[in-house]
Amino acid sequence: MLRFFLYRLALVIPTFIGVSIVAFAFIRLLPGDPILLLAGERGITPERYEQLQAVYGFDRPVIVQYLDYVAGILQGDLGTSLVTKRPVLQEFFTLFPATLELALCAIILAVVIGIPAGVFAAVKRGSWFDQSIMGVALTGYSMPIFWWGLLLIIFFSGFLGWTPVSGRISLLFFFEPVTGFMLIDSLLSGQAGAFKSAVSHLILPTIVLATIPLAVIARQTRSAMLEVLGEDYVRTAKSKGLAPKRIIGLHALRNALIPVVTTIGLQVGVLMTGAILTETIFSWPGIGKWMIDSVGKRDYAVVQGGLLLIASVIMIVNLAVDVLYGFINPRIRR
Amino acid sequence: MALLEIENLTVSFKTSSGPFKAVDGVSLTCDRGEILSIVGESGSGKSVAMLALMGLLPWTATVTADAMRFDGRDMLQLGAKDRRKIIGKDIAMIFQEPMSSLNPCFTVGFQIGESLRIHLGMGRAERRERAIELLNLVGIPAPEKRLNQFPHQLSGGMSQRVMIAMALACDPKLLIADEPTTALDVTIQAQILDLLVGLQESHGMGLILITHDMGVVAETAERVQVQYAGQKVEQQNVRALFSDPHHPYTQALLSALPERATRHGRLPSIPGVVPGQGDRPAGCLFSPRCQYATERCTREAVRQDEEFGFALCNYPLKDGQPTGYPETAEAAP
Repeated sequence: MLRFFLYRLALVIPTFIGVSIVAFAFIRLLPGDPILLLAGERGITPERYEQLQAVYGFDRPVIVQYLDYVAGILQGDLGTSLVTKRPVLQEFFTLFPATLELALCAIILAVVIGIPAGVFAAVKRGSWFDQSIMGVALTGYSMPIFWWGLLLIIFFSGFLGWTPVSGRISLLFFFEPVTGFMLIDSLLSGQAGAFKSAVSHLILPTIVLATIPLAVIARQTRSAMLEVLGEDYVRTAKSKGLAPKRIIGLHALRNALIPVVTTIGLQVGVLMTGAILTETIFSWPGIGKWMIDSVGKRDYAVVQGGLLLIASVIMIVNLAVDVLYGFINPRIRR
Repeated sequence: MALLEIENLTVSFKTSSGPFKAVDGVSLTCDRGEILSIVGESGSGKSVAMLALMGLLPWTATVTADAMRFDGRDMLQLGAKDRRKIIGKDIAMIFQEPMSSLNPCFTVGFQIGESLRIHLGMGRAERRERAIELLNLVGIPAPEKRLNQFPHQLSGGMSQRVMIAMALACDPKLLIADEPTTALDVTIQAQILDLLVGLQESHGMGLILITHDMGVVAETAERVQVQYAGQKVEQQNVRALFSDPHHPYTQALLSALPERATRHGRLPSIPGVVPGQGDRPAGCLFSPRCQYATERCTREAVRQDEEFGFALCNYPLKDGQPTGYPETAEAAP
């Protein structure tokens, strides 16, 4: 198990190098100049422009800029935002809890609903329940996130007025962040109604972000279950006189979960891209919105640093999934 | 009263092209301490009949029978819940593919302990002790170590031993072995058969051995029931069956044994295949492949009495010759 873990860990290094190159190159390939954008409509004199280029180091060859950037990373310095003048790392960690809170809620929702839905659909295959679940899942999977989000806002916030339109908590409440997770902080603050407000702000973004992973997990669980239910060991379990609940929930599900866990791991990447859209729609102050704003301003340091950090998060999650995979599948242990 | 009595069992499957009778009016009995062997080609409904008894058939199957009694209880009247109290406890079954019949995600110890917990309510320590005892019984060395292993760490023969240990966990009164040696090496086959017969004797349980291998029948069984296309065609004691088969199908099966083909030349085979859903003939199902078939056989097949081993045949064989065979047999159309 330890060797397996170290091997997987070693694979992270080349991935990390690749991501750093791509992230660095990508933002520079986009047309648009950060200094001109900073100057805005006021314009800038050529002398001042060259002076600023030298300040930010943009006048040096690209390869030198890259090596300088990598040297910074190795010392734990991801550079400073051109716009806010604050360290990228600090900005990231201020905003990341908001995204993490949203992503965690979304993946929990997707797993808690998706796996049972897939299991029931498989057990009752061909029934109206199966067909409607799979129809809804296919619709969810095909739904463009931004459009779905807007529909929900129009209906639940605009028409019914049940949930707020944007943000993480009502402006009536203010407290210093402790953990960065609004659900926990609002409880810690002890202010009446704060937690309820935080929950109501979280509901719609969570649903929107969970939609695609939920659909994928439900469909994957169903097909994995269908395959497993026809296996000989399920017949053996039945021949022992076990109750159907135990056969489906333990003997079959345990085997069906192996491909599903892989799927869940892959959905984390989808969740990150989904977070960018969802956060933009709901003005959720997380890293998705932060990245979009920075691309608009060609904030080189933030975009390349942010991409690297998001990639790291995805790699860590996938590493965790691989380790988990080793636990639930005895055949690849050792 | 026999331990297991099945009368006129019929199992049909719903298929997209209409119902298919996999088992057609089969009756059988098996007593305590007896080894009954059910023999037949693939598709003769041997396994399906036993799966019907266990309640392991998919929902597309319809099971009817005049009687299905086990240990004095009517299995047909039992609800699913009551049936589960019997199967796995008093009736246990082992299967053809030992490697895929064990759940790859759970240890050997867990899988053996499961029946002990559910049927006998044993605690953890008690289960472990009993599992070690069972593994010893089926001849697995170092059982303490094996308990914590997963099925992928076992060989085929080892897996079948574990399956047998699982089946014996609650001291069943009847053990059904569905082609237990088909997937194994020849050397391992003999070991597993010896083990099964030895355990059957020492535990005094009934054993129903499903096989397509006459060699296995000769080595193990006491009474043999031959099935063809879902019907019982003959039933005899093993010695009598080998020396004087009454049904032409049994005769053909026996003459296809390599050990029996004394003359040099090609091994005799039975022409044609077992009829499937679409090509079930009228009258005797074996008639298209039978060398003695007459026009009468395409209309009916009569059940003979004990003298002819209950053969389902119009002209049962006696010492290799058909009885009551018309002098000038009109050839079957």
